[in-house]
Order: sequence, then C-alpha cells, then structure tokens
Amino acid sequence: MTAVLEVRDLRTEFNTGAGTIRAVDGISFTLKRGEILGLVGESGSGKSVTGFSLLGLVDPPGRVTGGSIRLNGTELVGLPEPELRSRRGREIAMIFQDPIATLNPLLTIRKQMMMALEAHQKMTVKAAEARCIEVLRRVGIPDPAARIKGYPHEFSGGMRQRVAIAIALLHDPAVIVADEPTTALDVSIQAQILHEMRSLASETGTAMIWISHDLATVSSLAKRLLVMYAGKVVEEGATAAVLRGPRHPYTRGLITSLPAIARPGEELQQIPGTTPSFLSLPPGCPFAPRCGSASSDCEKIPEVSLDQERMWRCHHPLVVKGAAQ
Amino acid sequence: MTVFFRIDAVSRSFAPEITLGDRIAAKLGARVETRSLQAVNGVTLELAKGETLGLVGESGCGKSTLGRVAAGILPPSSGTVALEGQPVLLNGQKATTRIQTVFQDPFASLDPRMKVGETVAEGPIAHGLVSRPNASAYVAEWFTRVGLDPAFAGRYPHQFSGGQRQRIAIARALAMKPDLLICDEPVASLDVSIQAQILNLFLQLRRELNLTCLFISHDLSVVRHVSDRMAVMYLGRVVEEGATGEVFESPAHPYTKALLASVPRLTLDDEAVVHFEPITGEIPSPLSPPSGCHFSPRCAFVSERCRKDAPDLREIRHERFAACHFSEKLIGDTGSGLSKST
Repeated sequence: MTAVLEVRDLRTEFNTGAGTIRAVDGISFTLKRGEILGLVGESGSGKSVTGFSLLGLVDPPGRVTGGSIRLNGTELVGLPEPELRSRRGREIAMIFQDPIATLNPLLTIRKQMMMALEAHQKMTVKAAEARCIEVLRRVGIPDPAARIKGYPHEFSGGMRQRVAIAIALLHDPAVIVADEPTTALDVSIQAQILHEMRSLASETGTAMIWISHDLATVSSLAKRLLVMYAGKVVEEGATAAVLRGPRHPYTRGLITSLPAIARPGEELQQIPGTTPSFLSLPPGCPFAPRCGSASSDCEKIPEVSLDQERMWRCHHPLVVKGAAQ
Repeated sequence: MTVFFRIDAVSRSFAPEITLGDRIAAKLGARVETRSLQAVNGVTLELAKGETLGLVGESGCGKSTLGRVAAGILPPSSGTVALEGQPVLLNGQKATTRIQTVFQDPFASLDPRMKVGETVAEGPIAHGLVSRPNASAYVAEWFTRVGLDPAFAGRYPHQFSGGQRQRIAIARALAMKPDLLICDEPVASLDVSIQAQILNLFLQLRRELNLTCLFISHDLSVVRHVSDRMAVMYLGRVVEEGATGEVFESPAHPYTKALLASVPRLTLDDEAVVHFEPITGEIPSPLSPPSGCHFSPRCAFVSERCRKDAPDLREIRHERFAACHFSEKLIGDTGSGLSKST
C-alpha cells in the first residue's frame, strides 16, 4: 500500500498577546490509501488544529511554522494559496462537526454541491447534477433527486451531516479529514454514519483521518490510533493494541475514565486535574502534573520511544500486561 | 417499593400561540390549523427513596421536557407530580425546595455577573436555610464537598473551566438540601477525563447524602454506570422500564435493543470487524407521529398489528415494563448491548 499523506514534524503556532501557543508541536504520521487513522484527544489537545493545518486552513494569528505535509508526493507546506486552493476539496477535503454551520442556509443543496463541483471541474450542468445525485445516494440520502432541491433547514441533523459528507466526496479526494463528524448526532444516527463511512473508505480507497474525543467510536473505525496531549502525539499504534495495553499513562487514564469499562456504580479511575493551558505548559512532560508515575526525570521532555509498530513519549511507560507477541 | 417521588400520567404539549389574525380568521369561519406538539405523552414514573432512575432517549424524545416537569419548572398539560404525596406544583408554582436541578450546560446555567459564592448562597439565604452572616461559611463547606477551593467563592464563572463550573452547579443544587436531584445531561458537555471526575463526585455525594435522583442522559454507558433502574423514552412515551442491568442484558423493546446495538464499543481485538446494526430511518417528527406504535416505521420486528394498534406500557415480567406487542418474544432473544470487554 502506498502512502497518500506523509506528515513530518508538523508545527503550528499561534502568536497571541500573551505569548506563543504551540498548538501542534512536532507531529508525524503516515496515511495509506483506504486507511482510517484515529486522532484522539480532549478539548485543547490540538487535534482540530492538526486537521486545519493539513488543509492549510489555519487563520492568523496562527500559522504552520515548520515541518512537511506531503500529499501524493506534493509538498503542501509553503505552497502558495491558489495552488493550495486547487487541491483543497479535490485532493483533500474536510468534514466538520457542526453541519448547521458548514452549509449555507440561503442556498439549496443543489446549488452548494454544484458550486463545489464547478470549483475544480468543467462539466455540463446535466452531468454535474447527475454526479451530485449519485454522491447523495451513496451517503444514504433517500430520494436524492428530489431532496437535492431542498434547503439545509429542511434536513435533519443526521441528513445534513450526510450532505456535508457528500460534498467532501464529490471529487473523490485522496484524503478526508473528519473533525468530530458524529459528535453532534444521536447514537442511532451516528451508527448509520459510521457504517457508511467505513464502507466508503473501503470502496473508494479514500483515506480518512478521524478526529474525535470518543475512544469507542474511533476504535470501531480506525485500525491505527494517535493520542494527542498538549499539541504532541503521546502515543501511537494499532488501535486494539493501544487500548489493550496503553504505554502512556494519559492513554490509560482516558480508557479507565470511561464508564463503559468500569463496573456499574464503581468509582472510575479518573485523571486528576485539568488539561493545561498552552500558555503555561510545564517545562518537561506536559502530562507530568497529572501523572501518577511522574518523577524528576519528567522535568525533561520525553523523547519518542519506538517498539515495533508502537510509539510513545514517556519516561515511565506502562508495562503491557500479558505476553507481547 | 414505597413511592418517594411519583410522576403520574404526565403529558405536556406545546402549541403555537394563537395570533389575533388566526382568531379573526376563525371568527370569519376559516379553518385555522393549530398544530400542537406532544412532547411528553402520559408518562408515569416512580422513584423509591435513595434510588437513581436513569432516563434515556435520543434528541426530541421528551426526556428534558419530562425532567423540567418533574422539577416543577414547567407545569404539565395534564397529570401530577408529587414528592412523598405532596404535589410539587401549587397553582402553577413550584411549591417545594426539596427538588433541585443540575443542568447540562454549565456555561449557560451560572449567572456570569454573579460571583459563584453568591450564586451558591442565594437560594439558601432566600429560603432561610442559612442566615446571611453565616452564608460564607456555608458556601465554603459546600465548595469543599464538591472538591473546589473555598477561596474561589469570590470569583466569576468565566474564571472556571467546564468541569469546575459543573461542580459549582452541583454545589448550588445541593446547598438547598434537596431530597431529589434532577440531573439533565450533567456530563454531556465535558471531556472524558473531567466527566469521570464529575461522575465520581456524583456517586460519592449521592451515597453521603442519600439522594434520590432522576438522571437524564443520552449516553447509555453513563446511565448504566449510575442508575439502579432505567426508563427509555421514544417520541414522548416511555417504551421500556426496568432494573438497569436487566434492560442492558435483555432489552424487551426493539428500540432499546437497537439503541444498545448502536453504541460503539471499545474494540480490543485486532482483527475484529465491528458490526454496526444501525436502526434504519430517522426519528419521526413529534408534530406528526406515525399511527399505531410510534416506533413501527423503523422497527425490524414490525407486523400489521403494530401499524394500527399502539401498544401500552405493560408489566411483562416482575418489575419489567415494555410497550411492545412482542416483548415476550424479544426478551428471549438476547445477545446485544454493551457487553463487557475483557
């Protein structure tokens, strides 16, 4: 399998009056064709900014300050805006959390889809409309030929998100960055969307970066997982292996915080404290103040440790229980 | 079970206001269409002292409306709510301080212009639970109990994180010394690690204060964690009720069964292909609910009878209630739900 997206040491900073925020602080990963990569973290971990950075959508005062993003072999960092624009939507697309905010309430779905299509492709109106209807059908919108004439307010939340997904799929992009696309939806609708996203990834070969705070959702979709904390990837590996035997104490804390893991009524093994502000990060490991195994070593930033397919950044990694295969 | 808190046959509908134009049109003989939305439809729930009842359902099922009616914030269109036999509402006004509520959004539920200590003290002072000179000590006590530094009492809500605000909201509710706490999605807007902290705090305080609780949530794993019994709502009606463990083990309503199957689970097996069983279709609009059983258009077990004949909530087993014609058949057919990952 070939890599469609290679990210090396990506850095995104925001210059604020109060200081420089390193929202994305040296992130690297590779995405293969048809792969779904999970990017997990809590609010303020930098996971959404990572997504925006990949599409060159970081607004000032933020900017990508370093690293490399290679999409199908082309370097995106430093590419002039018109060039980036010609790729955005065509080669790499994004789905956002809130479909109410992403769709224009004044335009019909047809108009919005046609605009997205015409931005990159010259085709007859008839062919364009046929393409829109085909994509709407693929994401599970019933009676797309009639529904395409509707306005966003005539669609339910789940259907609106399907429309947003359909727009992202119009050009068969190599990569879709999905930022919490099912968080605002009910579980029964979420299950439908997850189901469809998975079959889309395997049918079309589109690779996906699935950004979410929900470990359970990610684990049911993504074969590989990145866990972010304070702008850094603190752990990476095959999803099931990471969840079975996390090496980083933060990952373990995220897992044991889940009520689904505990026995009903039992005290949850919580992570003490709150996510640190980017403006007052501790000098060493950003997780140290909340970590049970922190020691004086943790005053230095931990280096990346690698073991087979696993990566973690911790001075005191957890021992994986059971036999390592 | 001695009934401590009882919601009896409560219905609540919302109708658009009749405008002057409509009234004139009606006088002149035109047919004015008044569409009313039945948010809650004949719900009866009982809670024993010290018990937590989880109320689950998807958006628009009426669970929050029911919570507001139970809290005495919203008068029901019909039916009654009573705490130890005493009606909660008198002449349309809430007549008790023994019921308090914790809301979902701690950014909206705290007055941004009041110091949080004043917010917590306001109710107890107004109702004579504490005298004004003793208020700050009283507030400090509650701050300590919910895990906040009492020195924070002089700060404003914007100086706190979401988790801390939810602690303040809990302190405000508990400072009124309630017997019944209504929690409407209290952890839905919080990060996972903060959610665990608040759930732990909730479980600890419930134990210490012997609170009775109506816990409303869309998150099934949270409800399973905190509640003794649970009720599942769909389009304004309770479709299933029973002990939480039993409902998860063997759901007796197709909706519950499908809902449990929709919840993504932590997958710990490398090669596992997670099998989604999405419920087809969408939740119908409560403005025009389907005839017969409300769930029939989406139900995998639907029969001709379901489309005509709406099933009532009935006791299918000891202390197990379900509103489905085929519950007995379904309950034998287990194997879904949030099974424990090992």
